[in-house]
Amino acid sequence: MTKIKSLQELTSLRDKLKDSVINRLEATGGDKTIGGFKRELLVCGGTGCEASGGIDVVRVLKEEIKNNGLEKEVQVVRTGCFGFCEKGPIVKVVPDNIFYIEITAEKAKTIIKEHIVNGNVVNEYLYEDPETKKHLPKQDDIPFYKKQMRVALRNCGLIDPENINEYIAVDGYQALGKVLTDMTPEKVIDEVKQSGLRGRGGGGFPTGLKWELTKKSQSDIKYIICNADEGDPGAFMDRSILEGDPNTVLEAMAIAGYAVGASKGCIYIRAEYPLAIHRLRIAIEQAYDLGLLGENILGTNFTFHVELNYGAGAFICGEETALINSIEGGRGEPTVKPPFPAQQGLWKKPTNINNVETFANICPIILRGAAWFSSIGTAKSKGTKVFALAGKVNNVGLVEVPMGLTLREIIFDLGGGIKNDRNFKAVQTGGPSGGCIPAQYLDTPIDYDNLIAIGSMMGSGGMIVMDEDNCMVNIAKFYLEFTVDESCGRCTACRIGNKRLHEMLTEITDGKGTMEHLEGLKDLGEIIKDSSLCGLGQTSPNPVLSTMNFFWDEYVAHVKDKACPAGVCTNLLKYYITPEKCIGCTACAKSCPVGVISGEVKKAHKIDQEKCIKCGACAAKCKFAAITRK
Amino acid sequence: MSEYNLDSEKLKKLEAYIDGLKDKEGALINILHEAQDLFGYLPEDLQLFIARKLNITAAKVFGVVTFYSYFSMEPKGKHSISVCMGTACFVKGADKILDEFRKQLNIKEGNNTEDGLFSIDTLRCVGACGLAPVVIIDGKVFGRVKVEDVAGILKEYAEA
Repeated sequence: MTKIKSLQELTSLRDKLKDSVINRLEATGGDKTIGGFKRELLVCGGTGCEASGGIDVVRVLKEEIKNNGLEKEVQVVRTGCFGFCEKGPIVKVVPDNIFYIEITAEKAKTIIKEHIVNGNVVNEYLYEDPETKKHLPKQDDIPFYKKQMRVALRNCGLIDPENINEYIAVDGYQALGKVLTDMTPEKVIDEVKQSGLRGRGGGGFPTGLKWELTKKSQSDIKYIICNADEGDPGAFMDRSILEGDPNTVLEAMAIAGYAVGASKGCIYIRAEYPLAIHRLRIAIEQAYDLGLLGENILGTNFTFHVELNYGAGAFICGEETALINSIEGGRGEPTVKPPFPAQQGLWKKPTNINNVETFANICPIILRGAAWFSSIGTAKSKGTKVFALAGKVNNVGLVEVPMGLTLREIIFDLGGGIKNDRNFKAVQTGGPSGGCIPAQYLDTPIDYDNLIAIGSMMGSGGMIVMDEDNCMVNIAKFYLEFTVDESCGRCTACRIGNKRLHEMLTEITDGKGTMEHLEGLKDLGEIIKDSSLCGLGQTSPNPVLSTMNFFWDEYVAHVKDKACPAGVCTNLLKYYITPEKCIGCTACAKSCPVGVISGEVKKAHKIDQEKCIKCGACAAKCKFAAITRK
Repeated sequence: MSEYNLDSEKLKKLEAYIDGLKDKEGALINILHEAQDLFGYLPEDLQLFIARKLNITAAKVFGVVTFYSYFSMEPKGKHSISVCMGTACFVKGADKILDEFRKQLNIKEGNNTEDGLFSIDTLRCVGACGLAPVVIIDGKVFGRVKVEDVAGILKEYAEA
């Protein structure tokens, strides 16, 4: 491949390639052959859709196109994630703009036969509005997409992430070209500062300010690190961006490199994301081939290199100083700040670290301007945020919305409400560092500051919805188990304190808790927050403190009444036989592994509560629904 | 290389990988990934080999191996089962899926079946939360797994 030697060359290449994606950008009606193909079938190639049969769908679509002799008119494109994971695999037909959901290999055949060959939209495969029962053919009409605004995810579901030409066709590397030829590093930093962009990885630190601090540090070598160690369970936006649009991250890293004076970049990525690693490798290779990474980029004297470093399953490595230690090949333990990485980071050189989603916002800011970006969002939180909606919500998936939308809009309008018509109980945001938000705050506009004000935080954007069947004490215990596991053990408050919190929670869910336990949880939680070295310990008691704050009654029920209102904590449950329903068939007594069910044949049986091990075998055996769990 | 109780073919491959690295400083974690891919796990002898090769202490290598949950010092079964314990999977009952696998496989202590056919562990979020609860067997993702499905899934692998 010949290298691109100037911005002009890049632009003329873009203009040449533009036609290849025009079907996807404009609804041309499918009657013209633009870009070589009359029609394109965009198939989601994200981890979620591939796991639910997407690979077969691609294979069958290609086979059927060939069988019908349509190779010259129709092509299949494996794009990044559309976000609507609940209804995957997704197949979108362009330029007709028809959005098919839950496609199987069998359904793929029908799409080719009916839609592509005969020209009839297959209604049954479209999204059905749960209220009006109408089939909605267009993506934008589906409630899940209505309030979305895609900035960071703009190319996910649009281009083939394994083909850099498609990225170039949608203005890829234009932002880098613009800063290299038309902007001073100061001007770039100023633009990012003006945009109001804040770090999307958790802390929400202003990105422009971070760049400025690194620029001010004097050094021969500086580094740019992309933090792709998405350890927050339940959040998968960074994975989707890397899988769907890896080049935008590379381009933004190079822009950051130019702005702060760094010529080396490093992507620290979780080993648990093999597909993202694969696509990043391809993107890096193609960018080097075209001269968009490497020496003298676009004919200027700017040089930028990128390499990959793999994580190895340690949550703490999302913390900047721990991440740096891990890249240097050591244990991922955090160190005391200051010095901040901007002063002394990787290999003791000034280092700028941003997260994947933060980088994904950079190119639009450069191309469309800070004023455009800062017109989106709330007073102190600008732009959009990607949330990973998961848990007990109807439409699980990735949504990108302007800051300031309310939780209710996200969970009920986009998310389609709670599964199986259960009641909303809480939403957990911010992962193991965040908190649980109850129903009374559903109308809070979401931004960095509002979430902190209600005892949670933005974090990386995980949003786990819980219904009345989830026990909040058990959820707090779950997060503490996570923290105990992931604490690096360096400072006492976190190492021992969290373990004690977990022990107390276990005692409570085992029915051995007292009111003193609750006092103890609060006191110890505050101490851990105040005395831990890094962000992990400083926030680890949040899930406990916020659930205690909002679901105090549930904690009291566990310790005073020895009952779990949600019916989750096994040790607090009791099995009862309703005498009126029991016909005395003896099936339960026979199934009891500890032999504590007594009763005569054809007479009501009884469980000895003292000795019952609560295995539930009797309830499973009973054919008369006479055994209940309370 | 007889001083190590290790497969010499694989060891040669690993040595070639290490020798091919431009920059050995800081490469330890990438080397351990490569070693675990080759050998399946990281026994003590292998750690010693890597330490000597990089001219660092075995204690440093051991410290890194034990710090990261991705690295294992135990051999895995022929089929390796990972149950996702991310929050999304947890609220949808991943703990019950894990219990069922252990019950079906009759694993009481440790993580391996007696015949070495299966090993089981948990991992933190594979990012396929739309499919929760998720189980991964030999790299293949099973989504929306129910307790009733476990026996059927295992049957597929027990025969293979």
